[in-house]
Amino acid sequence: MNLTAIAAIYRFEMARTFRTLAQSVISPVLSTALYFIVFGTAIGSRIQEVEGVSYGAFIVPGLIMLTVLTQSIANASFGIFFPKFIGTIYELLSAPASFLEITAGYVLAAATKSLAIGLIILATAFFFVDLSIAHPVWMLTFLVLTCLTFSLFGFIIGIWAQNFEQLQLIPLLAVTPLVFLGGAFYSITMLPPVWQAVSLFNPVVYLVSGFRWSFFGTADVGLGWSVLAIAAVLAACLAIIAWIFRTGWRLRA
Amino acid sequence: MSHPILSVEGLKKSYAGGMVALDDVSLEIREGEILALLGPNGAGKTTLISTICGITQPTAGRVTVGGHDTVSAYRAARALVGLVPQEINLEPFEKVINTVRFSRGLFGHARDDGFLERILRQLSLWDKRDAPIRTLSGGMKRRVLIAKALSHNPRVLFLDEPSAGVDVELRRDMWEVVRQLKADGVTIILTTHYIEEAEAMADRIAVINRGRILLVEDKDALMRRMGRKELRITLKDPIARLPDALDDFGLTLDSGGGRLVYGYDRQASRTGIVRLLSALQAAGLTVADLETRQSSLEEIFVGLVQEGAQP
Repeated sequence: MNLTAIAAIYRFEMARTFRTLAQSVISPVLSTALYFIVFGTAIGSRIQEVEGVSYGAFIVPGLIMLTVLTQSIANASFGIFFPKFIGTIYELLSAPASFLEITAGYVLAAATKSLAIGLIILATAFFFVDLSIAHPVWMLTFLVLTCLTFSLFGFIIGIWAQNFEQLQLIPLLAVTPLVFLGGAFYSITMLPPVWQAVSLFNPVVYLVSGFRWSFFGTADVGLGWSVLAIAAVLAACLAIIAWIFRTGWRLRA
Repeated sequence: MSHPILSVEGLKKSYAGGMVALDDVSLEIREGEILALLGPNGAGKTTLISTICGITQPTAGRVTVGGHDTVSAYRAARALVGLVPQEINLEPFEKVINTVRFSRGLFGHARDDGFLERILRQLSLWDKRDAPIRTLSGGMKRRVLIAKALSHNPRVLFLDEPSAGVDVELRRDMWEVVRQLKADGVTIILTTHYIEEAEAMADRIAVINRGRILLVEDKDALMRRMGRKELRITLKDPIARLPDALDDFGLTLDSGGGRLVYGYDRQASRTGIVRLLSALQAAGLTVADLETRQSSLEEIFVGLVQEGAQP
């Protein structure tokens, strides 16, 4: 195992984060703080409690998930797309490092960054709403697993994308709608039965539900289903990445 | 003769659509030598290097580096190889020292700032170690690529057009670096469009065209074998046409009738020079000066490629 290679990629990617701190960390935190002000404080004060939780507090897990999902995908996809775009990918392909090591370096860096953003947003939330965490270990487990899984997904998008437009395509057209319709701002039990059934095909519902359970002890779907859903997405991403590096798809001529 | 540190056997690379980039390439590179890989644009030089280094997947064939198969033992094989690509592929916002440290780490070596300082000083980059790469000149960026390739102390170094876009002074400096690397025991495979560069540095020459290796030969032997010698005879009084008595020599009249050019084979038992000088005297021509000239590697290369292009 070339652990030094993993560390080298990780450090290189984290250095990029620190070079672009305003864009990487401050911007998503500010955006989420605005959500708290608009939905939590301004509009939320006129909405009744949802499942026994004030609306301002209810949306916190969803908002964290929304940001963590999009940031994980954005960080990891850009991390591997940029070397492809500027041609420095040659160095990764000619290094004595396996696909697992290269992926680990990029994904761990992307996940670290989105985890940090998630935790900063959580800390920020305490300034806006009255919040308590019922199952902190589960909360952290869900957060870490989501960061890792969607960083892997972003890594796949970064390899697939052949230009900047494609890099944005899946996050904008698929991921953002799935997150917004995944119960980030509402409980799916508030939907008509038909749309509740449709929502169950959205994997983000399971992530948000499990994460929200770790805060308030209530969930739209069972905890087991949430764990299973995130494990399934994780396994699918790992299988796709293994195939990409074995075949050299979109990497090796 | 040194044993091969790099061996290429029956390497093929074809693309969907039928384009054949490498056609049954076999090549052995000896430890410690400088091999110049020459060929026109699109001949397959970069594809060959990319395939050896693992960037491009071959359609067929086998490559070993230091006895390690580049597929089944890719870690051991790649650890021995450094690559300086043709394009200046560098992260523009990163500092010089960080990008070189990154390369060293990627190849599994622990951080060693003393070693990297020696490399950067050797390449005159030490003063620029904290400069963002985008602020460097083209020549400096090319040196950064070399520093990155050397950061893990490779035994085999591929230099793909190392002096493209580099001014004369920097090019000479780079030649000096390459000679120093050779003196340190590094095996170097060099592709270049500057034939003068190959002539100045290479121990052996390989010529590739249309994905096939046309020849691999010791440079001096090649130049002796294929190099044509010319005898240039400056006449005291220019002439309008060659006298009939000189027809058999295949002379060319040059410089407005003031110079005769005679081509000959230096290794032939009889060069014909003595007979020519006698014939000139008999024809009443007075010789003012004599000069011989060896044809350059460039002329040999062009001849080989044109010959290879014949249907």
